Amino acid sequence: MKLNALDYMGITSHFSEEELMVQNTARDFSEKEIMPIIEEHYEKGTFPEHLIPKFGELGFFGVNIPEKYGCGGMSNIAYGLICQELERVDSGIRSFASVQGSLVMYPIYAYGNEDQKMKWLPKLAKGEKIGCFGLTEPNFGSNPSGMLTNAKKVDGGYILNGSKMWITNGSIADIAIVWAKDDNEDVLGFIVEKDFEGFSAPEMHGKWSLRASVTSELVLENVFVPDSNVLPNIKGLKGPLGCLTQARYGIGWGALGAAMNLYDIALNYSKDRIQFDKPIASFQMIQDKLVWMLTEITKGQLLALQVGKNKDDGTLKHTQVSMIKRNNVNVARECAKLARGILGANGITSDYSIMRHMMNIESVYTYEGTDEMHTLILGHDITGIPAFK
Amino acid sequence: MKICVLMKQVASEDSPLSISNNIIDKASLNLVTNEPDSYALEEALLIKEKTNGEVTICTLGPESSQQVIKDGLAKGADKAIHIICDNTETMSSLDIAKIITKKIQNENFDLIFSGLQSNDYGFAQLGIIISELLDYSNACLVMGTEINENKLKIKKELENGWFQWSELKLPASLSIQSGINQPRYATLKGIMSVKNKPVDKIDFSELGLSLNAGYTIDEISIPQKSKQTQMIEGEVDDIVSQLTDILKNKIKVS
Repeated sequence: MKLNALDYMGITSHFSEEELMVQNTARDFSEKEIMPIIEEHYEKGTFPEHLIPKFGELGFFGVNIPEKYGCGGMSNIAYGLICQELERVDSGIRSFASVQGSLVMYPIYAYGNEDQKMKWLPKLAKGEKIGCFGLTEPNFGSNPSGMLTNAKKVDGGYILNGSKMWITNGSIADIAIVWAKDDNEDVLGFIVEKDFEGFSAPEMHGKWSLRASVTSELVLENVFVPDSNVLPNIKGLKGPLGCLTQARYGIGWGALGAAMNLYDIALNYSKDRIQFDKPIASFQMIQDKLVWMLTEITKGQLLALQVGKNKDDGTLKHTQVSMIKRNNVNVARECAKLARGILGANGITSDYSIMRHMMNIESVYTYEGTDEMHTLILGHDITGIPAFK
Repeated sequence: MKICVLMKQVASEDSPLSISNNIIDKASLNLVTNEPDSYALEEALLIKEKTNGEVTICTLGPESSQQVIKDGLAKGADKAIHIICDNTETMSSLDIAKIITKKIQNENFDLIFSGLQSNDYGFAQLGIIISELLDYSNACLVMGTEINENKLKIKKELENGWFQWSELKLPASLSIQSGINQPRYATLKGIMSVKNKPVDKIDFSELGLSLNAGYTIDEISIPQKSKQTQMIEGEVDDIVSQLTDILKNKIKVS
């Protein structure tokens, strides 16, 4: 069995047979079930909700969480390959899966008690319940430690007040993992259920990016959250940051998927498009662009593979995740520009996916840690000097 | 209900094809499950779910064919039989049917499903010959199945968009028409379960059959794509009558 994706370096042998089967299934499904409908959803600004139970059935949520909780129990590399295939179609679709798996299921799995895990994980895995993740606030993005959302201890629980912004899946979510500061300024994690009084999640409109994905605000007005919905095994900002490491890892693979799709489109187009009586692929400047894309994607793939192996054998550093997120999103962003140029006027139409990818990647470039923040995280790691404090 | 699904590994349609001395270079081929067989498998899985049955995949082919088995097991088949045979290209359908029959004859399958034909050589004979060898009832181009208390009703595709429902006695061997259902995807759970499902592997030579000579391949060639344009010349009336003749009798516009 082979990797059914761009594989210039022949890295198939680095994957287990199960991982290859997962990649093939994810490719097959995205190609047949999502690719044909994505442009329409993107134009209308709607998320294809009918895919949620199908993703659940396939096992795309909580891929790397144990089977005991109704999840995949597979490797982080398998999870990465699924992200790659979903984002090959659209970053918004991959975002949905990232949020559900890495930002909602992961914190419940890593920081929750057994009751919380048994109550929520199997339903989230099946897609019967949808989750979202509330960390970012209107005035605190790169600097989440400044968050204003607070949790006041009362008898039997906490009272939450504040607002969260840019929340993927917010308006369609049954639960929100909300991060808030208690009276001691410690960040705590809460499972806020959608029908808790005082909680609302209005959808944000006017996006020119991730249009096939729901983005919302979370508003918390004196929301009572019982003690049983507090994530007991985490205190401090390392809680949400730990989740983000999971999601950013998936983005590192996902961005490659978008880049691969852009490369495929540009390569095929350049071989078909005739100018000056020959395919434009025969021109040196086109070949230069194609080779740049191929080489950078291949380098990104090797990076993702090694980070995945580190994650699977437990030696991963979060700075390595910063490196793949930063590098691979940049690669996809550049590939979008190059592919768009190669296609000329055709590059701007919805007949090809280029502009959609290009607009999507602009979000991916700054969400889950901006490009600059990841640069500074790596800068901090190698110099020992934090430039952002 | 015990169902056997005959599945084959073939080259994918977009495989690079290199031919020298009338031999296709197999190493360059991208090998996949024969698509019509996926419909046969899906139909078997649907019946399995309704009747609490069991599905066995049977494939004849080289070691690489295990991928077909793994895909099928990941989709929900319970076990598999792999008859190892490296060179099926020059075997006749009758010989292949004899090999498979010899291996499965004591399994007492209620149903044997095959895809309508294989996408490589396309003989479309296996299911029919096996039903003859095993004395099973048979139907081809099956577009629907209904099973009620061991009664089998099938919907067959006839010419010109006509269908026919008929009743068959069990056991039966059915060739399944593509498009009868929507083949499922392998789930992650299914993929994880493959390693725990039994595969009975046997080399075809161990079955002790004496086979006929089979085929010799004289020539393999890639079909030439050709477009022919016929210019109709003459006076207007002449052109019109020639054109009407072509439309009526050659293209058969009705």
